[in-house]
Amino acid sequence: MTAPATVRRVGERSLLVELADEAAVAALYGWLRERQAGEAPGALDAVEEIVPAARTVLLDGVADIDAVTALLRTARPTAAAATSGPPVEVPTVYDGADLAEVATLWGVSEEAAVRIHTSPAYVVAFCGFAPGFGYLTGLPPRYGVPRRATPRSAVPAGSVALAGPYTGVYPRSSPGGWQLLGRTALTLWDTGREPAALLAPGVRVRFTAVRA
Amino acid sequence: MTRAPATDPANGLLVVRPGPLTTVQDLGRRGVAHLGVPRAGALDEPALRAANRLVGNGPEAAGLETTLGGVALRALGPVVVAVTGAPSPVRVDGRAAAWGAPVAVPAGALVEVGPATAGVRGYLAVAGGVAVPAVLGSRSADLLSGLGPAPLAAGDRLPVGPPPTPGARPDLVPLPAPPAELVLRLRLGPRADWFAPAAVTRLGCDGYRVAAASNRIGLRTEGPAVARVRTGELPSEGMVLGAVQIPPDGQPVVFLADHPTTGGYPVIGVVPTADLAAAAQARPGTPLRFAPLRER
Repeated sequence: MTAPATVRRVGERSLLVELADEAAVAALYGWLRERQAGEAPGALDAVEEIVPAARTVLLDGVADIDAVTALLRTARPTAAAATSGPPVEVPTVYDGADLAEVATLWGVSEEAAVRIHTSPAYVVAFCGFAPGFGYLTGLPPRYGVPRRATPRSAVPAGSVALAGPYTGVYPRSSPGGWQLLGRTALTLWDTGREPAALLAPGVRVRFTAVRA
Repeated sequence: MTRAPATDPANGLLVVRPGPLTTVQDLGRRGVAHLGVPRAGALDEPALRAANRLVGNGPEAAGLETTLGGVALRALGPVVVAVTGAPSPVRVDGRAAAWGAPVAVPAGALVEVGPATAGVRGYLAVAGGVAVPAVLGSRSADLLSGLGPAPLAAGDRLPVGPPPTPGARPDLVPLPAPPAELVLRLRLGPRADWFAPAAVTRLGCDGYRVAAASNRIGLRTEGPAVARVRTGELPSEGMVLGAVQIPPDGQPVVFLADHPTTGGYPVIGVVPTADLAAAAQARPGTPLRFAPLRER
């Protein structure tokens, strides 16, 4: 894999690495995490936050900007570092309010839509929007769907939903504009648990259809 | 299960009047931004640190952050408190007490922090610290995601930790006055190239004011719109404290402690942390100017 294209300075203590695609983001994020937790973290030891996003990795609270910049310029992450641990299985009741609409958008039956959604091996690309809300990639691009024109004021916790290229599971009830496919009884976010977030960046995920 | 912290129930604080918005704050959460957890923590961090020093606490102790209107608390046991940040009258059982200095409060007495005479956020530290349970390493209330203790309500009982071992304790600490004009230095990037050079220059001129919609998430501004030269959408990217985001209406928003961890509006520049304490104390209507730094 080639070196990151661009490292941008952000304020006094942060760096933003721009990458070509989500696979490169996942590889660099996994590489940085592994190195930071390893025996020789070097300059990464004094980095407070490593935040992946759609096409970038942000390093915040960086004590030694020059050393970390140099490290990023020479980083050669491999795809092997992109994911970690066993896959999380998300048992899902596919009875969401937007299942029929999504099936129509895909031009298939509801049963086929469920098969399409339970087929891919997903990975959490990044978190955002709310604590423990993961943006999961893995669905082939042709199944991308728009957000709902009018967001719902309350989406129930555990809702399995789609928007753009991403699948997400609402960790708690909140307003939301994603298309609802179904729901899971899994507790996605629990600050009394280690780890608090079931769907942290780099975690692999599978959805399985279960009866209500 | 985590065990309850070792606190003496006789030494808590009872909330008599919570004020418009009073929250528990320490230095905030670190190392969890990748899970979508904001940093939170005191908006005027130097003021919380000063209050903690005055009562002999370590810098990590949690205190109370008030907003404009103060707070009233009954001391269930004898405590030492100090109030810093936005200047305000301090009373103990109706008698005037010192602001910006340690105040010994007898058991049963009412501590009142009055409305701020200037600035916005006041800090009340108590010797031993406010000992609510920590969530993900911090006792701070995070108003964006609802983590940590809810804003204070009348009748709440706040546990207080064991008093710190007596040591060198300053009687006075330097406390800057709230700003009459807010000047925020701005290190350009990472997305300054989404804006015309003239728009960047414009940010450095007069004409901005602090908007009333400001909160712990961001200092909102009103003034000349900052126009983009690039159209299209920026994929969501990580956000930092002090980031100046330009939403579609062109009115800059300076991200404060409860800012979201990722965002999709371009960040024209970042305000150094050292300037954010003044931002936390600037009232709506305060004139505001950005001072772009020309380096690198």
